Amino acid sequence: MTTPDFTHFSPLAPAYDDRTDSDDVPIRSARLRRWSETLSLLRGHPGFLLALAFILFVLLAAAMPTLLTRFDPYATVPLEKLRAPSLLHWFGTDELGRDLYTRVVYGAGLSVQAALLAVSIAFIGGSTLGLFSGFFGGRIDAVIMRLIDVMLALPSLLLALVIVTAIGFGTLPVAIAVGFGLLPGFARTMRAEVMRVKTLAYVEAARLGGAGWGRILVNHILPNASGAVVVLATLDFGVAILVASGLSFLGFGAAPPAAEWGTLIANGRKFLITAPWLPLLPGMFVALAVFALNHISRTLEEVSK
Amino acid sequence: MKTYIISRITQALLVLLGAYTITYVILYLLPSDALSLMLTASGVDADTLSAAQLAEARHHYGLDRGVVDQYLHLLGNLLRGDFGTSLSTGSSVTTLLADRLPQTLMLAGCAITLSVTAGVGFAYTATWLRWRPLRLALRRLPALGLSVPVFWTGLLLIQIFSFTLGWFPSMGNKGFASLVLPAVTLSIPSAAIYAQVLMRSFDDVWGESYIATARAKGLSRAQIQWRHVLRNAALPILTLIGLQIGNTVSGAVLVETVFTRVGVGRLAQESVLRQDIPVVLAVVTISAAAFVTINLIVDLLYPLLDPRIARAAKVT
Repeated sequence: MTTPDFTHFSPLAPAYDDRTDSDDVPIRSARLRRWSETLSLLRGHPGFLLALAFILFVLLAAAMPTLLTRFDPYATVPLEKLRAPSLLHWFGTDELGRDLYTRVVYGAGLSVQAALLAVSIAFIGGSTLGLFSGFFGGRIDAVIMRLIDVMLALPSLLLALVIVTAIGFGTLPVAIAVGFGLLPGFARTMRAEVMRVKTLAYVEAARLGGAGWGRILVNHILPNASGAVVVLATLDFGVAILVASGLSFLGFGAAPPAAEWGTLIANGRKFLITAPWLPLLPGMFVALAVFALNHISRTLEEVSK
Repeated sequence: MKTYIISRITQALLVLLGAYTITYVILYLLPSDALSLMLTASGVDADTLSAAQLAEARHHYGLDRGVVDQYLHLLGNLLRGDFGTSLSTGSSVTTLLADRLPQTLMLAGCAITLSVTAGVGFAYTATWLRWRPLRLALRRLPALGLSVPVFWTGLLLIQIFSFTLGWFPSMGNKGFASLVLPAVTLSIPSAAIYAQVLMRSFDDVWGESYIATARAKGLSRAQIQWRHVLRNAALPILTLIGLQIGNTVSGAVLVETVFTRVGVGRLAQESVLRQDIPVVLAVVTISAAAFVTINLIVDLLYPLLDPRIARAAKVT
């Protein structure tokens, strides 16, 4: 009697089937596997999921504020002014009787937009500079890095103040200003990563294989160098929220009655004695958002190691 | 060594010149109409002026010169200690700065001392403790310190320590008591960074083989931590202090606004609100100079504190 070949049917050996399948689409299945591995690693971090949930809440508030509150952020109810937090008004009401929780939820729109724009400017500008600098080296590298050194000598908030002085106040100028302040960090990280990846064996192999510089840059160096930059982007998304709220706290943000988080805190400041929740609760919201982003980027960094 | 010092000083000067140039370009060349910006800042409506008056104003602000000429003119004045005239108040920017700089320097000095002490102390305790839950909680705390907006911490401290407990004044510049809350507020983010970095390097040093040797010699944990770990892990903090000057300056703008203190930071906030270009240029130049100078000092001190670096510098 011959032993029947169970390999194709046994549930214990599915790897064999997988291998024959993955031969057709090797890259995609490798990527999928990496993703599912990362996901299962993240399942072991409850704090990460909590942070992620909070950030999703903030993003939802920014995209569809009407889903999260039934009040109107601009409707003034003079009879209901300066009420302490309650079940009806979770964060209390402000000096005009507007629901503060609603104002914070609607404020997320402007603040998240500002932070996203700022990080995009820093990400695109900084990564491009860093990529050129690290890849070409020599004189291009020297010129770009001196420029970055000079930008680093200007404290990021002051650089933002200078830009705001020149181009005016509002959410958009603040976002641009913050973006330029964050740019040097991206340039430096990208440069360091490119310089590391550039010397690896597969780049050399691609070069020997006859690939042009452009192709090596796009297909080999960029995907492998961008991991650290993406981690930095999550971290700096939080920093952008912080700096942008600082600028709008100083009075350079959106004009009333629209309000970013920083503006809400600045307005509430006048009522610190009588209604401490007015400045303190929106500030706590900002702190939680930044802390969540910080935690996410830290976990991503640890997992990718 | 001498060539190292000279090249380092030249480099610092060039960076400073670059920072000044970038600020000048943004402030004077980026606005589409610098003249009307300056006229508005000094309280004049540009539309009410005749062509002759406009030309006169243009000449008064030095905008009729060529770009390079104006730049060199301003730079020349700056080198003679003349930062020009404030548009909104009409007084000399140099006097304004001289009035307010001591207050800010005192605040920054206190905050830096406080943040280094707190950061090092925190990392030391967090590494020293052995009870796991507390250890883990303490490790996450610096990240929280970094996430909290400086101006919010300020408001919280005012609410607790001035309004509720009445220990410290909530605003103003009078006496040492008024300095406590602002200095604490300003020191928190930097302290959190020092703590974070130090905890990491403490961990690294504990894994070194000379720690195993020290243990084998019979030293206690306390002795190892104090004599070997702290000394080897502390040096990078010096570089960090230099880099944190920028954050301290940025924080001073917010903290002085929250606590309504008279200082350079609030001068910056007020002059940006009024788009008072010469004052903004002066404040930014001064801060960049502070950043560059402190980092230059740190770089020059480093070889003295760590002889390995001086030797390496000699070889190359």
